Amino acid sequence: MKNILSTRWGIILAGALIGTIAVSLQFLGNPPNMGVCVACFERDIAGALGLHRADVVQYLRPEIMGFVIGAFFISLALGDYKPRGGSSTLIRFFLGVFAMCGALVFLGCPWRALLRLAGGDLNALLGIAGLIVGIAIGVVFLKKGFSLGRAYPLKKAAGWIFPAVMLGLFLLLAFQVSFSEGGPVFFSQKGPGSQKANLYISLAAGLVIGAIAQRSRFCTMGSLRDIILTRDTHLVSGIGSLLVFAFIFNLIYGQFNPGFEGQPIAHTDHLWNFLGMTLSGLAYALAGGCPGRQLILSGEGDNDAAVFVTGMIVGAGIAHNFSAASSPKGVGAFGPAMVVIGIVFCLIVGFTMRDRMKA
Amino acid sequence: MAQQIDARGLSCPQPVVLTQQAIADGERSITVTVSSSVSKENVIRILERNGYTTDSRDDGDDIVVSGNK
Repeated sequence: MKNILSTRWGIILAGALIGTIAVSLQFLGNPPNMGVCVACFERDIAGALGLHRADVVQYLRPEIMGFVIGAFFISLALGDYKPRGGSSTLIRFFLGVFAMCGALVFLGCPWRALLRLAGGDLNALLGIAGLIVGIAIGVVFLKKGFSLGRAYPLKKAAGWIFPAVMLGLFLLLAFQVSFSEGGPVFFSQKGPGSQKANLYISLAAGLVIGAIAQRSRFCTMGSLRDIILTRDTHLVSGIGSLLVFAFIFNLIYGQFNPGFEGQPIAHTDHLWNFLGMTLSGLAYALAGGCPGRQLILSGEGDNDAAVFVTGMIVGAGIAHNFSAASSPKGVGAFGPAMVVIGIVFCLIVGFTMRDRMKA
Repeated sequence: MAQQIDARGLSCPQPVVLTQQAIADGERSITVTVSSSVSKENVIRILERNGYTTDSRDDGDDIVVSGNK
């Protein structure tokens, strides 16, 4: 069957829908310029589970569950469901950890960088510049034969695990389970973690985006990488469309406030906005997908992507527990150190994981 | 004799990088074996952008893409 969403117009439609849904979720209660942010929402999930105790960012975000489960069902229905894994598992885990550390220094994944820009937050420009530099470094490694090795087909049931985990998280959310007095599951009473659209609207939005992103192969990192690597503008038309539609709907909703200062859930430290996203961009490029794409791949049965996502969730715990995450007040005390460690790790991985270039 | 590229199980964008190299080497006939429909689409796209006519067929769990010009 012809996949309409994988055409040029398909990816433009996908970007338009993701942008529109994201800013609409903001209008319906999600945090400002954070309609859907994969990094932020995974961080909120980490907080809800008690992996960190930053009490303003704890919520089991149904959007994340929707992405995985939506991608799972559509890939199952249309033949893209292929459980696979076994490609440098531990490296992918730590790429996820450091990708999250970088994202939490900037305060957002590439999706949120676009949403921040569409909302007028000019600090996002530094982040996007860093993202491009990080991806460009990754492309140099790719051209020199960087490879994390082959993934191999797994048994059908292996691909169910991650969607099942997401379903479990959804049940914890739906029933607001408390495991002990003063213990998890934690739900923020104030701050971004307390700002949320209706649970079922968020879940539906996640399912729709998950399905569309799966069919269209939407990927922010991939779009920038393809331009640098092959001058292919296919994917980038999707992120252009996301940006335009998010901007238009922000104007309609009255959510557009241009400037650097006083932007929601953002800081103005240009250097670390840039370098945080440089780290993330490099980690995404080495792992083969932006955080959103990794969730979608997890739904398709890609266990390596699911390990990357798990690394990101654990990374959020590390970033907050070790004072490496930024806040609107600025960069965390150990944020810069974590970025440097992460970049060193990624460079070592980039230099050492190489195949001869003949297949 | 077509150049054979085994890109099974390789993650994005390695199948494309390998195909790109074969194109740069001036190969007129390239066959790439990939494991996912995403890789198939990506390989077809770069071949067609470089003036190859493409064809693909399923081979068990894998997909074989061929490009000629």
